[in-house]
Amino acid sequence: MADIVYDDYVDITDVVCPVTFVKAKVALEELEDGQILAIRMNDGESVQNVPRSIKEEGHRVKKLQDNGDGTYTLFVQKEGD
Amino acid sequence: MAFTNEQLERYSRHIILKEVGAKGQKKLMNARVLIIGAGGLGAPAAMYLAAAGVGTIGIADADEVDLSNLQRQIIHSTEDVGKAKVQSAKETMNKMNPDVTVRTYRTFVSAENIMELIQDYDFIIDGTDNFPAKFLINDACVLAKKPFSHAGIIRFRGQLMTYVPGAGPCYRCVFKDPPPKDAVPTCKQAGVIGAMGGVIGSLQAMEAVKYILGVGDLLTGYLLTFDAIKMEFRKIKLPSRVADCAVCGEHPDITKPIDYEQTVCEGVGI
Repeated sequence: MADIVYDDYVDITDVVCPVTFVKAKVALEELEDGQILAIRMNDGESVQNVPRSIKEEGHRVKKLQDNGDGTYTLFVQKEGD
Repeated sequence: MAFTNEQLERYSRHIILKEVGAKGQKKLMNARVLIIGAGGLGAPAAMYLAAAGVGTIGIADADEVDLSNLQRQIIHSTEDVGKAKVQSAKETMNKMNPDVTVRTYRTFVSAENIMELIQDYDFIIDGTDNFPAKFLINDACVLAKKPFSHAGIIRFRGQLMTYVPGAGPCYRCVFKDPPPKDAVPTCKQAGVIGAMGGVIGSLQAMEAVKYILGVGDLLTGYLLTFDAIKMEFRKIKLPSRVADCAVCGEHPDITKPIDYEQTVCEGVGI
């Protein structure tokens, strides 16, 4: 589903704000610095808020990919602890 | 250990915090805290720790819930009058958060049982209402190298300090011996404003949470006092560890817990 190689994957389409970000954050905490997490999320509130919150935590957003089915996949590189 | 979606939602306001995160929440869920006294201080402390998801909470108290407790001991309800306080406390905690394992000890702490009682816990909260118990808890925690939060409340005043082994004075460094019997009135004689237990007991829960997370500065080497009439907090710097302290000093006289004569008000919990 992606042209970016990722180390781990989390689906946050089954939860709503603010648990969307919490679930993504928890998955990021499991990774090592520099590793990439793919996060599948719903259109709307999730896509508006989750990438921004992740940037605020200091991680690097690499790409937001439209899956064409009402969901997006966000690729995030973990930076620092 | 992975979080369920329900746990992520329950603890979301914790996990969002940079200082907590998933790692910190897991520390809380693996932590073991003992609360001695299910009264004015122990009630809010137990409730906040249960809500926070502290994995194992021990609660020790020999008393039953009395109607006169309910003005401040918010973990108990009118229907609990006559019930063992530890049972009533356990029910409230588990209603708030079924994830928490609550261990009940229906006993007063004594020189006989305290070492065994505290041995399995990471942090101890002194929610007792009398000086013999406070000195006993201090001595036992120093001897067993356990961190604990001391607190006391009376009328419109409250105070607390935190002891961490090797990081500042113990309660006995500051207050050498219990005052003479009847020199200080109990809360039954003197009264206490109900919300004082909420203020000070919640601060004790805060110290326990910060200790478990390893975040921020604790009240080690400080006594925090609160005067509700003046609405004034004071953070008083304490002398560093007293070299000739009878329990934590270089040549301690106290090598095992001691029972002083008890002058309790209505049992262990204020």
